[in-house]
Amino acid sequence: MEFLVNGRTVIAERIAAHETLLDYLRGQGLTGAKEGCAEGECGACTVAMVKPCGEGSAFVPVNSCLMLLGMAAGQEIYTVEGLARGGKLAPVQQAMVDHGGSQCGYCTPGFVMSLFAEHYRPGRTGPCDPHAMGGNLCRCTGYRPIRDAALSLGAAPEDEFSARLRRPGPAVDAFEQNGFARPATMGALFDLMAEHPEARFTAGGTDLVVENNLRGKRFERLISLEALAELRVFRETDDAVEIGAGLTLSEIEATWAGSPAVIGEWLALFASPLIRNRATLGGNLATASPIGDAAPLLLAMDASMRLASRSGERLVPLDEFFLGYRKTVLGAGEVIVSIVVPKPFAERLRFYKVAKRRMDDISTVAAAFALRLDASGVVKAARFAFGGVAATPVRVAKAEAAVTGRRWNDDAVVAAQTAIMETLRPLSDHRGSAAYRLAMARNLVEKFA
Amino acid sequence: MKITGKAIPHESAEGHVSGRALYTDDLVGRFPGLLHAWPVMAPHAHALLIRMDVGPALEQPGVVTVLTESDAPGEANSGANRHDEPLFPTEVLHHMQPVAWVLGETLEAARLGAGCVLAQYEALPAVLTIPQAIETRSFHSGPFRMERGDAAAALASSAVRIEGELFLGGQEHFYLETQCATTWLDETGGVHAASSTQHPSETQEVIARVLALPRHQVTVECLRMGGAFGGKEVQANPYAAIAAMGTWETRRPVCVRLPRVLDMALTGKRHPFLARFSAGFDRDGRIEALRLELYSDGGWSLDLSEPIMWRAMFHCDNCYYLPNVEVTGWIAKTHKTSQTAFRGFGGPQGMVVIEDILDRAARTLGLKPEVIRERNFYREGQTTHYGQPVKDAARIPRIWEELQVSSDFAMRRAEVARFNAEHRHAKRGLAITPVKFGISFTATFFNQGGALVLVYRDGSVQVNHGGTEMGQGLHTKIGQIAAESLGVPLESIRVMTTRTDKVPNTSATAASSGTDLNGAAVVDACRQIRERLALVKADLAEDATFREVVEAAYRKRIALFAQGYYRTPEIHYDPKTGQGRPFYYYAYGAAVTEVEVDGFTGDHRVLRVDILQDVGDSVSPMMDRGQVEGGYVQGLGWLTLEELLWDEKGRLATSGASTYKLPSWAELPEDFRVAFLESAGEPGVVMGSKAVGEPPLMLAISAREALRDAVAAFGNGGLVTFDSPATPERVYWAIERSREGGARDTTTAAGHAVSHTA
Repeated sequence: MEFLVNGRTVIAERIAAHETLLDYLRGQGLTGAKEGCAEGECGACTVAMVKPCGEGSAFVPVNSCLMLLGMAAGQEIYTVEGLARGGKLAPVQQAMVDHGGSQCGYCTPGFVMSLFAEHYRPGRTGPCDPHAMGGNLCRCTGYRPIRDAALSLGAAPEDEFSARLRRPGPAVDAFEQNGFARPATMGALFDLMAEHPEARFTAGGTDLVVENNLRGKRFERLISLEALAELRVFRETDDAVEIGAGLTLSEIEATWAGSPAVIGEWLALFASPLIRNRATLGGNLATASPIGDAAPLLLAMDASMRLASRSGERLVPLDEFFLGYRKTVLGAGEVIVSIVVPKPFAERLRFYKVAKRRMDDISTVAAAFALRLDASGVVKAARFAFGGVAATPVRVAKAEAAVTGRRWNDDAVVAAQTAIMETLRPLSDHRGSAAYRLAMARNLVEKFA
Repeated sequence: MKITGKAIPHESAEGHVSGRALYTDDLVGRFPGLLHAWPVMAPHAHALLIRMDVGPALEQPGVVTVLTESDAPGEANSGANRHDEPLFPTEVLHHMQPVAWVLGETLEAARLGAGCVLAQYEALPAVLTIPQAIETRSFHSGPFRMERGDAAAALASSAVRIEGELFLGGQEHFYLETQCATTWLDETGGVHAASSTQHPSETQEVIARVLALPRHQVTVECLRMGGAFGGKEVQANPYAAIAAMGTWETRRPVCVRLPRVLDMALTGKRHPFLARFSAGFDRDGRIEALRLELYSDGGWSLDLSEPIMWRAMFHCDNCYYLPNVEVTGWIAKTHKTSQTAFRGFGGPQGMVVIEDILDRAARTLGLKPEVIRERNFYREGQTTHYGQPVKDAARIPRIWEELQVSSDFAMRRAEVARFNAEHRHAKRGLAITPVKFGISFTATFFNQGGALVLVYRDGSVQVNHGGTEMGQGLHTKIGQIAAESLGVPLESIRVMTTRTDKVPNTSATAASSGTDLNGAAVVDACRQIRERLALVKADLAEDATFREVVEAAYRKRIALFAQGYYRTPEIHYDPKTGQGRPFYYYAYGAAVTEVEVDGFTGDHRVLRVDILQDVGDSVSPMMDRGQVEGGYVQGLGWLTLEELLWDEKGRLATSGASTYKLPSWAELPEDFRVAFLESAGEPGVVMGSKAVGEPPLMLAISAREALRDAVAAFGNGGLVTFDSPATPERVYWAIERSREGGARDTTTAAGHAVSHTA
């Protein structure tokens, strides 16, 4: 396979199926990117990909530990070694030096790459946004000097990097090597699926590669969905928004102009920028994790899943999509094409996430609530959806029924809470006790009210 | 030429930001034929290894050998103090303990090979919590005692008594660079180990022990560490020893690097503590007596648990004069990772306990916590409960007052009260807490430092010293100290990696002492060179450059290198009596923290932090500020976020970065103000500076106390108790108790099914 690293073509041969981009780069002597956790939590392995953006392109920082090498085929990568020019540090590097942004230095290349991408972000005005480094952990500094380094950076210089971004980014094309296949058409996809019914799907790999890295799981056959245009649609009509299952969370954020406020709040809580740059909406739903953050909000928005197989398409309401713990209605030979969210959206719509850490943590409890009231304040429709409180993401129909047709007031809130307390039977684990989870499900309704 | 005191970036900063700074694992590509290692791990917290067959592993492609006890020419034990850490145990003492190591051509081959080793175990009952250890009398050592006055009598006559228990959770170091060692045979047949270790001399000692070699056959080098925080003070040793064994056995380079999940499962953490206390106060809130039992969870081996317990006992006074005190310490032996040094080294646990007691007393007496704290401050001339005069005790009230003014404390108290009156579901809290931290190794003999300074004929200088660089900026400070001592520009100085063949028999870079000990040794070496050069300089022109002076000295056959040495004076301590002067001086500081708590969820955030820290005359202000800010945030993580949980089988439930959460951007205080105490030079310490590595961590106790202040505001302001860490869940239940009219119980603060005392 071929790809570009720091502007030079590299040809990787005899790649092992489990080898990550990080391992490969380090094996080539590019040891700036580090393995800090191997599960996309710390960002020490951050590299920047060049991705199409408008007429030109943008640097998109990603966790190289969560990319199998095949995912980089035909792509263009920059590492921390590629930034300095003629012995002169790039502005983001110099800013980190001047502000004391590194102590032990192990996480620093990752911060530098996230900040580099932010510095050259097309259309950025004002100082760099420190939250662009939200996927990078530092154990030494406490972040203040890194924040100041970001805030000290103005416009990116006119140089070969900005020139590069005026040209289009590389497309994601069909590719196949050593058990890793990336079809570019639905026909080719269905052929592959028929030929290899045991194959696992992957898109961004932010869940699957964790299994590879941490649990030693080896995937003999993978089908990447990244090159399928059908999975990358984004359509908004008067009746609905259709979001391609293969769009990353960052792409959804960038593409969905005029989205309701809840979308921005939800994405910020969903995962770090580095994960959002690779994780797809379809992937989050397909894993059917009870603690995935996509399902609660989409349940509250009455979303449906457009599924396709060789024999055609079907539309499945999301609340019928999950069958049990990590089980869905997806049949053999079937993929998620898109997620359809009907309009108009409920006028009151919120997403909440309770976790140990306020950002970039896995939900103890996630909740999304939607409320449609008539002119007199009577509930026309209500949705109370949760993650983290059952084997699948759930709606509490009993609570929805309890408030529908009555005025939305303190009594209605108590009725909803009572129904929720009677329905949910959460478990205790290292994220929180059952009693706390139940209390949160109850309290968030009051917070919403 | 004034070079110390200048704010300059870290000496490796350009290497950090460009990826050029090398860490131990980055060397792997330099060694063709290097082997990788993976452990065979026991699936029990406590078990006997009945039999093991490595044959199937050896048949795997790419597996070169499996290291077992019989491959060790010497004693296969890495225990630093007691030799109680067999590298190949037959009795398994914690879950996932390695019983053998597979070496492979690739990491994948080693890992798959390890899965093929057949091992049979007989499971035994495990002790997993401090209460279980107390019940079964499972202790490594204890009791340790420190006493003054008659605590029992004073308690009996006190007007107010505060009794309770407090559980403090441990903390994972989560250095970004995990444990790593790369070893090879050097050009003359000895073993060279590049190790991410805070204590190269002890790593050398352990390798020599395991290989049955004299120490001059073993060279240990620390390039730099990607963080350590105490976690590599002794716990780097077993992995370096395994790598060295592999090199000795196969004659090939070997790398042992623990992936994060193994590092968390195998290596020790900050000690969880259980404190049981009774304290007596007069009606004005003056403490009259303290009786305190401290139990630390030492895990499977002794490690550094004894000096850590001493330091907890030393610091249970924090800044407060305790007239009658009786402290007892026990180290529980449990079937978990062997808990070890972590920034503060027991001091933080001791301090949290006394701050907790003072807040309970304040809310019991209806006094402001800051009032009761101030009333109990040490006065000049008073001594601690271990008999040491509190040097510069007047700095405590000075810092206290200056910080209250600079942080607008009184005005913000009123603002917080106003906010709380206006908001039903969100409350703010404000607290100020002080820190007094003793500086020196309490094991007196460690308090020595060495240096070797080499001047070349072109005037360039290599500086070697015994300290290791883990991000704290030691090499930056050493460079500044050397440049100033020799009168040369900073660019002339090159601080070398830390090697046991340059400076022998060094102490761990620990106890915040790196600059004090090694900086003083560098000053000593530079002084000798300068004195020799002075003899030559007299014959040269007044404006002769350093290079010219050096060249003239060379031609006059004057040695241009010198070894420097330093030992801390005046310190002594007898653990048997619990009395002495263990510390050369104290580092002081105080912090004000303001928090906001969500009453629906217990979620909280830090709004503002003000710190005033006594760093003496700072050698390197950018480094010192980095230590203060980073230490505070690390302490904040320990006390409010980071939670270690083990399940009922002794498995670490929070075993990776996705389940164990350290501070991220969201925890950075929105408004973070740091100042150093002015005119606070410390005579007798290098360049008048003061140690700064550990003390700031304990400033984060102010965040815990601010949370308590906010929780109290949900109720009637009465007693508030919660165990540590103050996760949103613990804070939420504390709010619920506060709303119901105050705390009843002090130990069941969280309703976790996973035992929180585990």
